[in-house]
Amino acid sequence: MKQNIDKGQKINKGHQIAAKVFMVICILYFILPVWWLIVAATKNNAGLFMGTGGPMWFDKHFALWDNIKELTTYQDGIYWRWLFNSLLYALVGGVGATALSVMAGYGFAKFRFRGRKVYFNIVLGALMIPTTALVIPTFIIMTKIGMNDTIWAVILPSLLSPFGTYLMRVYCQSSLPDEMMEAARVDGAGELRTFFQVSLPIMTPAITTVFLLSVVNCWNNYFLPQVVLANTKLFPITVGLTQWQAKSNAGAGVEQVWNLITCGAFISVIPLVLAFLFLQRYWVGGITAGAVKQ
Amino acid sequence: MSKKKNNVVPHGTKSLSTTRANRWGWIFTAPFGIVFILFLVVPLVYAFFVSLYSYTQVRGTIFTGLANYKRVFTDPIFLNGLKLVVLYTIVMVPIQLLFALLLALVLDSMKSKFASVSRLLYFLPYAIPVVIGALMWGFLYSKDMGPFTSLFQLFGMKAPDFLAPGSIFGSLVNMVTWQWTGYYMVILYSALQSIPTDLYESARIDGASEAKIALKIKVPMITSSMVMVTIFALIGTLQFYTEPMVLRNNANSAIPPEYTPNMYAQALEFNYNQMNYAATVSFALGLLVVIFSVLFMTLTRKQSGLED
Repeated sequence: MKQNIDKGQKINKGHQIAAKVFMVICILYFILPVWWLIVAATKNNAGLFMGTGGPMWFDKHFALWDNIKELTTYQDGIYWRWLFNSLLYALVGGVGATALSVMAGYGFAKFRFRGRKVYFNIVLGALMIPTTALVIPTFIIMTKIGMNDTIWAVILPSLLSPFGTYLMRVYCQSSLPDEMMEAARVDGAGELRTFFQVSLPIMTPAITTVFLLSVVNCWNNYFLPQVVLANTKLFPITVGLTQWQAKSNAGAGVEQVWNLITCGAFISVIPLVLAFLFLQRYWVGGITAGAVKQ
Repeated sequence: MSKKKNNVVPHGTKSLSTTRANRWGWIFTAPFGIVFILFLVVPLVYAFFVSLYSYTQVRGTIFTGLANYKRVFTDPIFLNGLKLVVLYTIVMVPIQLLFALLLALVLDSMKSKFASVSRLLYFLPYAIPVVIGALMWGFLYSKDMGPFTSLFQLFGMKAPDFLAPGSIFGSLVNMVTWQWTGYYMVILYSALQSIPTDLYESARIDGASEAKIALKIKVPMITSSMVMVTIFALIGTLQFYTEPMVLRNNANSAIPPEYTPNMYAQALEFNYNQMNYAATVSFALGLLVVIFSVLFMTLTRKQSGLED
């Protein structure tokens, strides 16, 4: 009997080691490209091509501060403008999309109003519609009404989040007991007060998740701004950096700003990575809301 | 599953009068509804409307009915792009799903600091914008700046050209897998965590191996999440745009401007100034994606989590 247990533990140990090796390999796969970016952000053009430490290690010439300085002077520091635009689009779009989703999800979950079923089924159907198929038509409409090449052409369409609404509805159904809302009503609270003072606090985890997902969506936005914006001053970071990349690939000499692309890319990923690290507690739980439906 | 939920909803709303429910239901959902109409319904309807017209230099814009659709479904460029994204879907979606599932199962079977740190690191690429990820991989794939040239030299080999026409498919698959697997893993992992452990405690006492428990108990319990992840990946891949568009700057010869249907629509609009036909391509792609997803959802109806 004892032998059996020992044997079992040995096999278990073998499994554990195999699992750990596998996990380490996967960590390397996911992390090494990011490591490359960190290293590349500290190199100048010469270092990027013929660095003394190779592509995966620092050059003997540490150029991070020079690169950052160059980012503030190159094309009048347009890089920081792009970064600011991205933050603006992501925050305004993210807050707006979250607010609309939270209200709608709550409405769908907690009020049996006429037309609810059809209405919600249409929203569910919209989950299937690829958002990129809407980009060219949106562009044509924006041109017609003269909103093209304004920040609104980017922000307004990003307020739409059928998936966020779906998540909020699932969450409200499973986590907001009707009894509690009834109690608030009996106490004479109006629907708005019930929503703000009783329901919203309970919805916080799901709201954080929907907010993060919306911010990522807006921050990721590339096709739409690339199409509707012509003024380089309005570009988000994604469109701006790819423009530099295209220019660097096509041109030569001073046109090539590889060091600014790597350094700019590195700086631009910091805010979101930090947000995810610090808000980990919230999104890990929240993402489940939509994934698990019991 | 969904039936049960519908039965639960009505009993609690008793105290709310129908008129009041009607009014407040619409008040809460109306702002979303307005945005929904303005930025989803209107563009769709408008795209369809525009696609019914054609522009010629001689006759201006004239109504041509469904002629543009006849053209698009016989257009070799569109059909090739479509074939390509379907191929990407067939290759990429299973890779991502199985990879994410494997990671989620391994992480789920471990309870250690190491496991939670790795979980976070696997997820990290999701926090990096797709454009930046594509830019990065463009550098990594390049002969001069990427690590592969020296890595292969170490073994006395010549590094393959990742940006050549023959290898671009694999390079793009790798890029997307790197970016999205962690996200899907988190969804599947969260689903695994919500399975009550007593379900497999008894199997464990009966001597079932961990692998057997994973395959026979855990995986079946999270099928609805897997279906959902698959639908996400499916819809995302069929509208492939950002990654090939960014990588195109490094791989001009391997990625033509009309590589995928979405890129084709963009090129038609901006390079060839064919607004009506561009709208047709967009609408046709949207329609096909909806058909694909509905088809997939019908096939997996029982497991699907995306139902009312």
